Amino acid sequence: MLDQTPIQIMERSSLKINPAKTCQPIGAMYAALGVHGCLPHSHGSQGCCAYHRSHLTRHFKEPVMASTSSFTEGSSVFGGAANLQQAINTIFTVYDPDVIAVHTTCLSEVIGDDVPNIIAKAQSEGHIPAGKRVFHANTPSFVGSHITGFSNMCKSMVTYFAESSGVTGEHINIMPGFVNPTDMVAIKAIAAEMGVKTVMFPDTSGVLDTPMTGKHEFYPVGGATVEMIKSAGDAKHTLALGAFASEDAATALDEKCSVPCDVLDLPIGISATDRFIHTLADVSGASVPKSLNLKRGRLIDLMNDMHKYVHGLKVAVFGDPDHVTSLVEFLLDLNMQPVHVVTGTPGNRFDRKMKELVGEALPNANYKQPGDLFLLHQWIKNEPVDLLIGNTYGKYIARAEDVPFVRFGFPILDRIGHQFKPDVGYEGAINLLETILNAVMDRQDRDASDEELELVM
Amino acid sequence: MSSIPGPAAVKDEVLYLPDTTQVVKEIIETYPPKIGRKRAKHIRVNDPDAIPEIEANVRTVPGLITQRGCCYAGCKGVVLGPIKDIVHIVHGPIGCSYYAWNTRRNLASKDHTKANYIQYAFSTDLQEDEIIFGGEKKLRAAIQEAYELFHPKAIAVFSTCPVGLIGDDVHAVARQAKAELGINIFGFSCEGYKGVSQSAGHHIANNGLFKNVVGIEELTVKPTNPFRINILGEYNIGGDAWEIKRILDRCGIDLICTFSGDVVYEDIAHSHTANLNLVMCYRSINYMADMMEKKFGIPWIKISFIGADSTTKTLRKIAKYFDDPTLTARVEAVIADELAVLQPVRDEIYSRNKGKVALNFVGGSRAHHYQDLFADMGMRTVCAGYEFAHRDDYEGSRVIPTIKIDADSRNIEEIEVDADPVRFNPRKTPEQLAALAEDGLVTNEYKGMMSEMAKGTLVVDDISHYEMEKLIEFYKPDVFCSGIKDKFVVEKMGVPTKQLHSYDYGGPYAGYRGAANFYKDIDMMIHSSVRRFLRPPWEQKPQLRAGFAVRTDQKKKG
Repeated sequence: MLDQTPIQIMERSSLKINPAKTCQPIGAMYAALGVHGCLPHSHGSQGCCAYHRSHLTRHFKEPVMASTSSFTEGSSVFGGAANLQQAINTIFTVYDPDVIAVHTTCLSEVIGDDVPNIIAKAQSEGHIPAGKRVFHANTPSFVGSHITGFSNMCKSMVTYFAESSGVTGEHINIMPGFVNPTDMVAIKAIAAEMGVKTVMFPDTSGVLDTPMTGKHEFYPVGGATVEMIKSAGDAKHTLALGAFASEDAATALDEKCSVPCDVLDLPIGISATDRFIHTLADVSGASVPKSLNLKRGRLIDLMNDMHKYVHGLKVAVFGDPDHVTSLVEFLLDLNMQPVHVVTGTPGNRFDRKMKELVGEALPNANYKQPGDLFLLHQWIKNEPVDLLIGNTYGKYIARAEDVPFVRFGFPILDRIGHQFKPDVGYEGAINLLETILNAVMDRQDRDASDEELELVM
Repeated sequence: MSSIPGPAAVKDEVLYLPDTTQVVKEIIETYPPKIGRKRAKHIRVNDPDAIPEIEANVRTVPGLITQRGCCYAGCKGVVLGPIKDIVHIVHGPIGCSYYAWNTRRNLASKDHTKANYIQYAFSTDLQEDEIIFGGEKKLRAAIQEAYELFHPKAIAVFSTCPVGLIGDDVHAVARQAKAELGINIFGFSCEGYKGVSQSAGHHIANNGLFKNVVGIEELTVKPTNPFRINILGEYNIGGDAWEIKRILDRCGIDLICTFSGDVVYEDIAHSHTANLNLVMCYRSINYMADMMEKKFGIPWIKISFIGADSTTKTLRKIAKYFDDPTLTARVEAVIADELAVLQPVRDEIYSRNKGKVALNFVGGSRAHHYQDLFADMGMRTVCAGYEFAHRDDYEGSRVIPTIKIDADSRNIEEIEVDADPVRFNPRKTPEQLAALAEDGLVTNEYKGMMSEMAKGTLVVDDISHYEMEKLIEFYKPDVFCSGIKDKFVVEKMGVPTKQLHSYDYGGPYAGYRGAANFYKDIDMMIHSSVRRFLRPPWEQKPQLRAGFAVRTDQKKKG
């Protein structure tokens, strides 16, 4: 397994091996699925759309509907305007969405297609039926990562739809970041428990976690409606969860509609969840109900009871930056040692955050943005770890180095659980700690001699 | 032996096929008129005795949700990617390399004498600066880094969409690096926008492999076994190639090279020394078969190892071709032995599934091949189509001269191949080939899917998502076969699906043992209990205890 990976680390400037990121459009497609009645549309070659749909499907085990401009060599030479025009007309005729969310690809970006202009032309030529919407985000694959694409599509929701009526409402906007539908449900539930009215967008719950009924609902019940996103302009405050995924949209909303915002870490683990709840209470004026204290107490109880199994363990972590930084903080709160940390998404903010988190606690820790899994594997070869946490691609390293492995983040292609069990909030932290404990304790059992196999742990 | 009829008998049975006129009309009328007219040419009611012309390998209408992918996917993802000891560098932004990383299940065995890069994804991860100022420098550096890290035997470079537009000359970079580093390095201009589907990428991959690898090394030891074959278009999904090799080994037939499942560079370099090419996935590799025939004189026959009866037929074709009594006897013994093991499984599953209905929408060959497996089980494929086929995949290779070359195909290079001045060695004389054809073994020809589908079945090319849902509602099939993008849509509809790209992470499905796997998997899906629970009991019998509830209520009052 991964036998060609040498232990000696060679500086690489140009060759990325086993990436810890993918490209912008898939993030944009995922975000767009969080708008009710929306068909994401990929303005580029067919392969982009096919790859993104396939990959999202493998992660969610759900239908992922999206269309493509089906570029040919001709469109690449003459521009893709005709393709997009025809696509808009065809989509509204055949698939009848409320909204089409166009995202670009490296191809249409390099050609320089002026998407807003093409949309305006479609509007003026009557290809967009009354009451229907087409919006877009520029998502060049050669900038940032899938998280950047998610962020750009969220920002476009604001620029296209959010409006200020002049009257500030009671609601708080929550931009949840690139998390699973179950996380979005959990975040909304926390706010509801506090009695806070919220508008969440994007919101893929009810879209990518649908029941089996014998019928395929092309546009499931979930998703933030355009009206909801519009009303975000009247919100009292915005909480943007995860700087990489959500800050741009929140800032744009502040600029456009003067809705103040706080950019918070994803509420994964105890500290980040505490900050989220504390801030939500602050900005909404709500008080934190006893029920949340109870959940928090249960988490602390678990952390306390099982502490000895995780204290001091060395961990390698990789994934998307907002996920990784919150997780690293949680691991530190558990007295674990995240000694190797990689994100594929570029951004100096990650380094600053990591320095803040591990700079004093683990001065020799390795962390890198943008890094790749080849480097992470080499770090592990040089300084072995007790646990690896990351997406499914980590399974190769875990097997090669015989390290217990916890699946976390996007994508998880080979297990279930992430569809139903949130990572966010106190209950999410319990889920996460349970998974970590199971991995570590299974390993203890596996490695124990017959005489040492513990019945009670 | 069992008295159960084989596929021929199943196919000859008169079966009830619903009249599709109305549903097809409804589909066409839903589209804007111009698109409706286009799509109508892709939908045909089949008649194997008078095969209708079907439109294929043309552009998908923008906005129609399609199964199709891109040229790069066909070149790197399908044909080249499985060659395990080549470092495949994808030149472009990160996504293209990332998505083709281990997602296609082209398994590769561990061989300690050879490098295996199947678990690796390599990319130049182009950034905005390189898009603006050109990416050749970064590509050159990436090749250098790959060389220093791995010292591979060969490096292949794949162009993605933006690379073509910014004008990077990957071939020049490859040539220069090859000269400097002394290993084989070659590029593919397989930008995603080329052609109309994966198919263009297959062709480009065939051309590149043929020019750069096939026949570039000679054997050091003269082979003793004359029964030397290649299998073209076998990608070892789920271990198919391993099962095929097991059977061939038993027969005493040497498999020199599969294109390209679980192969090393060297196998392909030596592939010109085979005496027969078997073509599995005709769509993705027929170009190679033709070119090898012209250059080296190796005839090809279209075969399939998908299905027990197909496998038997294929083995007999090989025996007939080599025309050696010892080989023929050995092949017959293997067939008898393998069938004896398979028959009880097949009998049991046949009895439960006879007459059930499948719809196949996949690939450029699988939609055809898997009909044979269903036929093994007594099931019927009543509606089928390909994702990226050409007319010859439907109507047979006889129509190739009549296929119009449009702008999208014209840009894909057709290599002019001449007989190799030294190594051209016709394995059979024209007279021998004619005699074989007379005897039923036609070389260098594919009869197409429609010739083997019943009269009245429906054939749909490049099916759109809308058409798929309509046809599922219409046929209410017992099983639907396609790929991951459709899978959970169809499952939501209560119809079990089998992914014929990834086999739902099972397999192998080729050969005799593979057939047993497939029968069991399909049987398991069709007879799963889960769909019984679709409707909650209270929706089926809402008034179950209404009376009792009232009595309790009254009691309390009293």
